Amino acid sequence: MSKMSLSTRMILVLTLITVLSGGILAGWDTITKPRIAFHRQEALKAAIGDVLPAHDTYTSEETEFGTIYIATRDSSEHLVGVAFMAVGSGFQGELRIMVGLSPDMTQLTGIKVLEQIETPGLGTKIVVDPSNKQDPYWFPAQFKGVKISPEIVVIKNAKPTHNNEVQGITGATISSKAVTTILNDQIAHIKTVWPSKGGPES
Amino acid sequence: MSSTATLKTEFIKGIWKENPVMASLLGLCPTLAVTNAANNGLAMGLATTFVLLSSSLMISALRNFIPHQVRIAGYIVIIATFVTVADRFLAAYFPVISASLGPYIPLIVVNCLILGRQEAFSSRNGIGRSLLDSLGMGIGFIIVLVVLGIIREILGSGSIFGIAILGDWFTPWMVMILPPGAFLTLGILIALANWYNDPSRSKEGRAVS
Repeated sequence: MSKMSLSTRMILVLTLITVLSGGILAGWDTITKPRIAFHRQEALKAAIGDVLPAHDTYTSEETEFGTIYIATRDSSEHLVGVAFMAVGSGFQGELRIMVGLSPDMTQLTGIKVLEQIETPGLGTKIVVDPSNKQDPYWFPAQFKGVKISPEIVVIKNAKPTHNNEVQGITGATISSKAVTTILNDQIAHIKTVWPSKGGPES
Repeated sequence: MSSTATLKTEFIKGIWKENPVMASLLGLCPTLAVTNAANNGLAMGLATTFVLLSSSLMISALRNFIPHQVRIAGYIVIIATFVTVADRFLAAYFPVISASLGPYIPLIVVNCLILGRQEAFSSRNGIGRSLLDSLGMGIGFIIVLVVLGIIREILGSGSIFGIAILGDWFTPWMVMILPPGAFLTLGILIALANWYNDPSRSKEGRAVS
Protein backbone atom coordinates (compact mmCIF):
# COMPACT_ATOMS: atom_id res chain seq x y z
CA MET A 1 0.00 0.00 0.00
CA SER A 2 2.71 2.47 0.97
CA LYS A 3 4.61 1.78 -2.26
CA MET A 4 1.69 2.97 -4.32
CA SER A 5 1.70 6.60 -5.39
CA LEU A 6 -0.97 8.79 -3.87
CA SER A 7 -2.89 9.31 -7.11
CA THR A 8 -2.98 5.59 -7.84
CA ARG A 9 -4.34 5.04 -4.36
CA MET A 10 -6.98 7.72 -4.75
CA ILE A 11 -8.15 6.25 -8.05
CA LEU A 12 -8.11 2.73 -6.66
CA VAL A 13 -10.06 3.56 -3.51
CA LEU A 14 -12.70 5.68 -5.24
CA THR A 15 -13.14 3.06 -7.98
CA LEU A 16 -13.56 0.37 -5.36
CA ILE A 17 -16.12 2.38 -3.40
CA THR A 18 -18.18 3.25 -6.49
CA VAL A 19 -18.08 -0.34 -7.83
CA LEU A 20 -19.20 -1.61 -4.44
CA SER A 21 -21.95 1.01 -4.31
CA GLY A 22 -23.12 0.12 -7.81
CA GLY A 23 -23.21 -3.56 -6.89
CA ILE A 24 -25.24 -2.99 -3.74
CA LEU A 25 -27.72 -0.74 -5.53
CA ALA A 26 -28.12 -3.10 -8.49
CA GLY A 27 -28.85 -5.97 -6.12
CA TRP A 28 -31.24 -3.90 -4.00
CA ASP A 29 -33.03 -2.66 -7.12
CA THR A 30 -33.79 -6.19 -8.32
CA ILE A 31 -35.27 -6.98 -4.90
CA THR A 32 -37.45 -3.87 -4.58
CA LYS A 33 -38.39 -3.23 -8.23
CA PRO A 34 -41.25 -5.75 -8.51
CA ARG A 35 -42.85 -4.44 -5.32
CA ILE A 36 -42.56 -0.81 -6.38
CA ALA A 37 -44.06 -1.65 -9.79
CA PHE A 38 -46.83 -3.56 -8.03
CA HIS A 39 -47.70 -0.55 -5.82
CA ARG A 40 -47.75 1.73 -8.89
CA GLN A 41 -50.10 -0.66 -10.67
CA GLU A 42 -52.33 -0.90 -7.61
CA ALA A 43 -52.44 2.89 -7.25
CA LEU A 44 -53.38 3.23 -10.93
CA LYS A 45 -56.07 0.59 -10.63
CA ALA A 46 -57.48 2.21 -7.49
CA ALA A 47 -57.52 5.63 -9.16
CA ILE A 48 -59.34 4.29 -12.23
CA GLY A 49 -61.79 2.53 -9.93
CA ASP A 50 -62.40 5.83 -8.13
CA VAL A 51 -63.18 7.90 -11.19
CA LEU A 52 -65.20 5.43 -13.28
CA PRO A 53 -68.47 3.65 -12.44
CA ALA A 54 -68.30 -0.01 -11.47
CA HIS A 55 -66.54 -2.09 -14.13
CA ASP A 56 -65.10 -5.59 -14.52
CA THR A 57 -61.94 -4.77 -16.34
CA TYR A 58 -60.14 -2.09 -18.29
CA THR A 59 -57.76 -2.07 -21.21
CA SER A 60 -55.11 0.57 -21.79
CA GLU A 61 -54.51 2.10 -25.16
CA GLU A 62 -51.70 4.41 -26.25
CA THR A 63 -52.75 7.58 -28.04
CA GLU A 64 -50.84 10.68 -29.11
CA PHE A 65 -52.10 12.38 -25.92
CA GLY A 66 -50.98 9.62 -23.56
CA THR A 67 -52.52 6.41 -22.36
CA ILE A 68 -56.29 6.11 -22.08
CA TYR A 69 -57.98 3.41 -20.03
CA ILE A 70 -61.19 1.97 -21.43
CA ALA A 71 -63.38 0.29 -18.83
CA THR A 72 -66.05 -2.30 -19.64
CA ARG A 73 -68.36 -4.65 -17.79
CA ASP A 74 -70.52 -7.70 -18.62
CA SER A 75 -67.74 -9.51 -20.50
CA SER A 76 -66.48 -6.52 -22.47
CA GLU A 77 -69.84 -5.76 -24.06
CA HIS A 78 -70.92 -2.80 -22.04
CA LEU A 79 -68.68 0.29 -22.20
CA VAL A 80 -68.79 2.20 -18.90
CA GLY A 81 -66.27 4.94 -19.40
CA VAL A 82 -62.86 6.20 -20.38
CA ALA A 83 -60.18 7.33 -17.95
CA PHE A 84 -56.94 9.15 -18.56
CA MET A 85 -54.24 10.97 -16.61
CA ALA A 86 -54.35 14.74 -16.97
CA VAL A 87 -51.14 16.58 -16.09
CA GLY A 88 -50.70 20.33 -15.80
CA SER A 89 -49.60 23.25 -13.63
CA GLY A 90 -51.24 23.86 -10.28
CA PHE A 91 -50.64 26.83 -7.98
CA GLN A 92 -47.08 25.71 -7.15
CA GLY A 93 -46.13 22.55 -8.98
CA GLU A 94 -47.48 19.89 -11.23
CA LEU A 95 -50.93 18.39 -10.74
CA ARG A 96 -51.61 14.82 -11.87
CA ILE A 97 -55.32 14.10 -12.04
CA MET A 98 -57.04 10.85 -13.01
CA VAL A 99 -60.10 11.83 -15.03
CA GLY A 100 -63.11 9.63 -15.75
CA LEU A 101 -65.39 10.40 -18.72
CA SER A 102 -68.66 8.89 -19.79
CA PRO A 103 -68.39 6.86 -23.04
CA ASP A 104 -70.32 9.50 -24.99
CA MET A 105 -67.85 12.18 -23.82
CA THR A 106 -70.49 14.54 -22.49
CA GLN A 107 -69.87 14.45 -18.75
CA LEU A 108 -67.31 13.55 -16.12
CA THR A 109 -67.78 10.40 -14.06
CA GLY A 110 -65.24 11.51 -11.46
CA ILE A 111 -61.78 12.93 -10.88
CA LYS A 112 -59.01 12.11 -8.44
CA VAL A 113 -55.94 14.27 -7.82
CA LEU A 114 -53.05 11.83 -7.44
CA GLU A 115 -50.10 14.21 -7.12
CA GLN A 116 -49.97 17.84 -6.05
CA ILE A 117 -47.87 20.22 -3.98
CA GLU A 118 -50.52 22.89 -3.39
CA THR A 119 -50.57 25.02 -0.22
CA PRO A 120 -51.35 22.74 2.75
CA GLY A 121 -54.75 23.52 4.25
CA LEU A 122 -55.91 25.64 1.29
CA GLY A 123 -55.02 24.27 -2.14
CA THR A 124 -54.83 20.72 -0.79
CA LYS A 125 -58.63 20.83 -0.47
CA ILE A 126 -58.65 19.76 -4.13
CA VAL A 127 -57.80 16.33 -2.66
CA VAL A 128 -59.43 16.39 0.78
CA ASP A 129 -60.79 19.10 3.07
CA PRO A 130 -60.37 18.05 6.72
CA SER A 131 -62.09 21.25 7.92
CA ASN A 132 -65.37 20.07 6.37
CA LYS A 133 -66.15 17.19 8.71
CA GLN A 134 -69.43 16.13 7.05
CA ASP A 135 -68.07 16.01 3.53
CA PRO A 136 -64.26 16.22 3.34
CA TYR A 137 -64.24 15.23 -0.34
CA TRP A 138 -66.76 17.86 -1.41
CA PHE A 139 -64.49 19.49 -3.99
CA PRO A 140 -63.48 16.45 -6.07
CA ALA A 141 -66.94 14.89 -5.57
CA GLN A 142 -68.80 17.72 -7.31
CA PHE A 143 -67.07 16.87 -10.61
CA LYS A 144 -69.10 13.68 -10.83
CA GLY A 145 -71.77 14.25 -13.46
CA VAL A 146 -70.51 17.68 -14.51
CA LYS A 147 -71.12 18.45 -18.21
CA ILE A 148 -67.95 19.22 -20.11
CA SER A 149 -69.52 21.43 -22.77
CA PRO A 150 -68.94 24.22 -23.48
CA GLU A 151 -66.41 23.98 -20.63
CA ILE A 152 -66.22 23.36 -16.88
CA VAL A 153 -66.48 26.65 -14.96
CA VAL A 154 -65.49 27.52 -11.37
CA ILE A 155 -68.03 29.61 -9.44
CA LYS A 156 -66.72 31.75 -6.58
CA ASN A 157 -68.61 32.06 -3.27
CA ALA A 158 -71.90 30.72 -4.61
CA LYS A 159 -73.66 27.46 -5.26
CA PRO A 160 -73.41 26.27 -8.88
CA THR A 161 -76.63 26.77 -10.85
CA HIS A 162 -75.70 25.16 -14.17
CA ASN A 163 -74.65 21.59 -14.82
CA ASN A 164 -71.22 22.64 -16.12
CA GLU A 165 -70.30 24.56 -12.96
CA VAL A 166 -68.42 23.62 -9.79
CA GLN A 167 -67.93 25.61 -6.60
CA GLY A 168 -64.40 26.95 -6.04
CA ILE A 169 -62.40 26.64 -2.82
CA THR A 170 -62.36 29.79 -0.70
CA GLY A 171 -58.75 30.94 -0.39
CA ALA A 172 -57.57 28.65 -3.18
CA THR A 173 -59.13 30.08 -6.31
CA ILE A 174 -55.97 29.45 -8.33
CA SER A 175 -55.83 25.79 -7.31
CA SER A 176 -59.54 25.36 -8.11
CA LYS A 177 -59.16 27.02 -11.49
CA ALA A 178 -55.98 25.05 -12.23
CA VAL A 179 -57.99 21.84 -11.92
CA THR A 180 -60.72 22.96 -14.33
CA THR A 181 -58.21 24.46 -16.79
CA ILE A 182 -56.27 21.20 -16.91
CA LEU A 183 -59.50 19.25 -17.34
CA ASN A 184 -60.89 21.51 -20.10
CA ASP A 185 -57.61 21.53 -22.06
CA GLN A 186 -56.94 17.84 -21.90
CA ILE A 187 -60.50 16.62 -22.37
CA ALA A 188 -60.45 18.58 -25.64
CA HIS A 189 -57.37 16.57 -26.68
CA ILE A 190 -58.83 13.24 -25.66
CA LYS A 191 -62.05 14.01 -27.55
CA THR A 192 -60.04 14.26 -30.76
CA VAL A 193 -58.54 10.78 -30.39
CA TRP A 194 -61.39 8.89 -28.80
CA PRO A 195 -63.85 8.50 -31.72
CA SER A 196 -61.08 7.12 -33.93
CA LYS A 197 -60.29 4.57 -31.24
CA GLY A 198 -63.61 2.80 -31.58
CA GLY A 199 -65.76 5.09 -29.50
CA PRO A 200 -69.22 6.10 -30.57
CA GLU A 201 -69.19 8.86 -33.18
CA SER A 202 -70.99 11.81 -31.73
CA MET B 1 -14.04 1.52 33.99
CA SER B 2 -13.24 4.96 32.66
CA SER B 3 -13.55 3.70 29.09
CA THR B 4 -17.11 2.48 29.65
CA ALA B 5 -17.96 5.88 31.07
CA THR B 6 -16.69 7.58 27.93
CA LEU B 7 -18.52 5.09 25.72
CA LYS B 8 -21.69 6.10 27.52
CA THR B 9 -20.88 9.78 26.98
CA GLU B 10 -20.35 9.16 23.26
CA PHE B 11 -23.86 7.78 23.12
CA ILE B 12 -25.60 10.23 25.46
CA LYS B 13 -24.14 13.47 24.08
CA GLY B 14 -26.17 13.38 20.86
CA ILE B 15 -29.46 13.17 22.72
CA TRP B 16 -29.24 16.42 24.64
CA LYS B 17 -25.89 18.19 25.12
CA GLU B 18 -24.80 18.00 21.48
CA ASN B 19 -28.21 17.34 19.97
CA PRO B 20 -27.77 17.81 16.21
CA VAL B 21 -30.81 20.08 15.84
CA MET B 22 -31.11 21.81 19.22
CA ALA B 23 -27.43 22.43 19.93
CA SER B 24 -25.68 22.33 16.55
CA LEU B 25 -28.59 23.44 14.31
CA LEU B 26 -27.65 20.75 11.77
CA GLY B 27 -30.09 19.07 9.41
CA LEU B 28 -32.63 21.89 9.59
CA CYS B 29 -34.01 21.38 6.09
CA PRO B 30 -35.76 18.05 6.80
CA THR B 31 -36.47 19.19 10.38
CA LEU B 32 -38.50 22.14 9.14
CA ALA B 33 -39.94 20.57 6.01
CA VAL B 34 -41.41 17.21 7.01
CA THR B 35 -42.54 17.75 10.61
CA ASN B 36 -46.10 18.81 9.73
CA ALA B 37 -47.24 15.47 11.18
CA ALA B 38 -45.74 13.19 13.83
CA ASN B 39 -45.70 10.19 11.46
CA ASN B 40 -43.64 12.03 8.89
CA GLY B 41 -41.17 13.22 11.52
CA LEU B 42 -40.75 9.69 12.84
CA ALA B 43 -40.24 8.20 9.35
CA MET B 44 -37.70 10.87 8.41
CA GLY B 45 -35.89 10.40 11.75
CA LEU B 46 -35.69 6.63 11.30
CA ALA B 47 -34.50 6.88 7.69
CA THR B 48 -31.83 9.42 8.64
CA THR B 49 -30.68 7.27 11.57
CA PHE B 50 -30.39 4.25 9.29
CA VAL B 51 -28.24 6.20 6.83
CA LEU B 52 -26.18 7.67 9.68
CA LEU B 53 -25.52 4.26 11.26
CA SER B 54 -24.66 2.42 8.07
CA SER B 55 -22.41 5.13 6.67
CA SER B 56 -20.65 5.46 10.04
CA LEU B 57 -20.01 1.73 10.02
CA MET B 58 -18.52 1.84 6.51
CA ILE B 59 -16.53 5.02 6.99
CA SER B 60 -15.03 4.12 10.36
CA ALA B 61 -14.10 0.70 8.93
CA LEU B 62 -12.46 2.28 5.88
CA ARG B 63 -11.01 5.30 7.71
CA ASN B 64 -7.35 4.26 7.30
CA PHE B 65 -7.89 3.19 3.73
CA ILE B 66 -9.53 6.26 2.15
CA PRO B 67 -6.90 8.87 1.21
CA HIS B 68 -7.43 12.19 2.98
CA GLN B 69 -7.62 14.13 -0.31
CA VAL B 70 -10.63 12.24 -1.67
CA ARG B 71 -12.40 11.53 1.60
CA ILE B 72 -15.42 13.81 0.96
CA ALA B 73 -16.04 12.23 -2.46
CA GLY B 74 -15.79 8.78 -0.90
CA TYR B 75 -18.11 9.68 2.00
CA ILE B 76 -20.73 11.17 -0.29
CA VAL B 77 -20.81 8.05 -2.50
CA ILE B 78 -21.19 5.85 0.59
CA ILE B 79 -23.91 8.08 2.07
CA ALA B 80 -25.76 8.33 -1.26
CA THR B 81 -25.72 4.54 -1.59
CA PHE B 82 -27.44 4.06 1.76
CA VAL B 83 -29.90 6.89 1.08
CA THR B 84 -30.94 5.18 -2.16
CA VAL B 85 -31.30 1.89 -0.30
CA ALA B 86 -33.58 3.60 2.26
CA ASP B 87 -35.55 5.41 -0.45
CA ARG B 88 -36.22 2.21 -2.45
CA PHE B 89 -37.05 0.34 0.75
CA LEU B 90 -39.74 2.87 1.71
CA ALA B 91 -41.11 2.95 -1.85
CA ALA B 92 -41.36 -0.85 -1.91
CA TYR B 93 -42.69 -1.56 1.57
CA PHE B 94 -44.22 1.72 2.86
CA PRO B 95 -45.61 3.42 -0.28
CA VAL B 96 -47.83 5.79 1.72
CA ILE B 97 -44.96 7.18 3.82
CA SER B 98 -42.76 7.30 0.73
CA ALA B 99 -45.37 9.39 -1.08
CA SER B 100 -45.88 11.80 1.81
CA LEU B 101 -42.14 12.42 2.30
CA GLY B 102 -41.64 12.83 -1.44
CA PRO B 103 -38.27 14.28 -2.40
CA TYR B 104 -37.10 14.67 1.20
CA ILE B 105 -35.86 11.08 1.45
CA PRO B 106 -33.37 11.41 -1.46
CA LEU B 107 -32.38 14.78 0.04
CA ILE B 108 -30.96 13.01 3.12
CA VAL B 109 -27.76 12.83 1.02
CA VAL B 110 -27.18 16.53 1.60
CA ASN B 111 -28.21 16.50 5.27
CA CYS B 112 -25.14 18.10 6.84
CA LEU B 113 -25.78 16.17 10.06
CA ILE B 114 -24.65 12.99 8.31
CA LEU B 115 -21.56 14.31 6.53
CA GLY B 116 -20.76 16.31 9.68
CA ARG B 117 -20.68 13.20 11.91
CA GLN B 118 -18.54 11.29 9.39
CA GLU B 119 -16.04 14.13 9.14
CA ALA B 120 -15.96 14.98 12.85
CA PHE B 121 -16.25 11.51 14.35
CA SER B 122 -16.39 8.33 12.27
CA SER B 123 -13.29 9.18 10.24
CA ARG B 124 -11.29 9.46 13.48
CA ASN B 125 -12.73 6.74 15.70
CA GLY B 126 -13.21 2.99 15.72
CA ILE B 127 -16.32 1.19 14.56
CA GLY B 128 -17.84 0.70 18.03
CA ARG B 129 -17.49 4.31 19.10
CA SER B 130 -18.69 5.59 15.74
CA LEU B 131 -21.81 3.46 15.90
CA LEU B 132 -22.56 4.66 19.43
CA ASP B 133 -22.04 8.26 18.38
CA SER B 134 -24.33 7.82 15.36
CA LEU B 135 -26.99 6.03 17.36
CA GLY B 136 -27.03 8.84 19.95
CA MET B 137 -27.17 11.53 17.26
CA GLY B 138 -29.87 9.60 15.40
CA ILE B 139 -32.01 9.21 18.50
CA GLY B 140 -31.55 12.90 19.30
CA PHE B 141 -32.65 13.74 15.75
CA ILE B 142 -35.68 11.42 15.95
CA ILE B 143 -36.78 12.91 19.28
CA VAL B 144 -36.66 16.49 17.98
CA LEU B 145 -38.50 15.58 14.75
CA VAL B 146 -41.22 13.65 16.57
CA VAL B 147 -41.70 16.37 19.21
CA LEU B 148 -41.94 19.03 16.49
CA GLY B 149 -44.30 16.80 14.52
CA ILE B 150 -46.54 16.18 17.54
CA ILE B 151 -46.77 19.87 18.47
CA ARG B 152 -47.46 20.96 14.88
CA GLU B 153 -49.93 18.14 14.23
CA ILE B 154 -51.96 18.84 17.39
CA LEU B 155 -52.19 22.56 16.72
CA GLY B 156 -52.41 22.34 12.94
CA SER B 157 -54.66 19.32 12.43
CA GLY B 158 -56.00 18.49 15.90
CA SER B 159 -54.59 14.96 15.78
CA ILE B 160 -51.61 12.86 16.92
CA PHE B 161 -50.05 10.23 14.65
CA GLY B 162 -53.11 10.65 12.42
CA ILE B 163 -55.63 9.96 15.22
CA ALA B 164 -57.98 12.86 15.91
CA ILE B 165 -57.75 13.86 19.57
CA LEU B 166 -59.36 17.29 19.59
CA GLY B 167 -63.09 17.48 19.02
CA ASP B 168 -65.15 19.45 16.54
CA TRP B 169 -64.85 22.60 18.65
CA PHE B 170 -61.21 22.91 17.66
CA THR B 171 -60.32 25.11 14.69
CA PRO B 172 -56.95 23.96 13.34
CA TRP B 173 -54.23 26.62 13.21
CA MET B 174 -53.44 26.44 9.52
CA VAL B 175 -50.13 28.23 10.06
CA MET B 176 -48.76 25.35 12.14
CA ILE B 177 -48.67 22.91 9.21
CA LEU B 178 -47.28 25.57 6.89
CA PRO B 179 -43.54 26.46 6.85
CA PRO B 180 -43.92 29.42 9.30
CA GLY B 181 -45.28 26.98 11.90
CA ALA B 182 -42.07 24.97 11.64
CA PHE B 183 -39.90 28.03 12.23
CA LEU B 184 -42.06 29.25 15.14
CA THR B 185 -42.13 25.87 16.89
CA LEU B 186 -38.43 25.16 16.40
CA GLY B 187 -37.52 28.68 17.53
CA ILE B 188 -39.54 28.36 20.73
CA LEU B 189 -38.09 24.88 21.45
CA ILE B 190 -34.51 26.08 20.97
CA ALA B 191 -35.17 29.15 23.12
CA LEU B 192 -36.53 26.92 25.90
CA ALA B 193 -33.54 24.56 25.64
CA ASN B 194 -31.09 27.46 25.76
CA TRP B 195 -32.88 28.97 28.73
CA TYR B 196 -32.76 25.60 30.49
CA ASN B 197 -29.04 25.18 29.74
CA ASP B 198 -28.10 28.76 30.55
CA PRO B 199 -25.28 28.54 33.14
CA SER B 200 -26.06 31.97 34.61
CA ARG B 201 -29.59 30.85 35.42
CA SER B 202 -28.47 27.83 37.44
CA LYS B 203 -25.83 29.92 39.23
CA GLU B 204 -28.49 32.40 40.28
CA GLY B 205 -30.69 29.55 41.35
CA ARG B 206 -27.89 28.11 43.45
CA ALA B 207 -27.07 31.48 45.01
CA VAL B 208 -30.67 31.99 46.09
CA SER B 209 -31.07 28.52 47.53
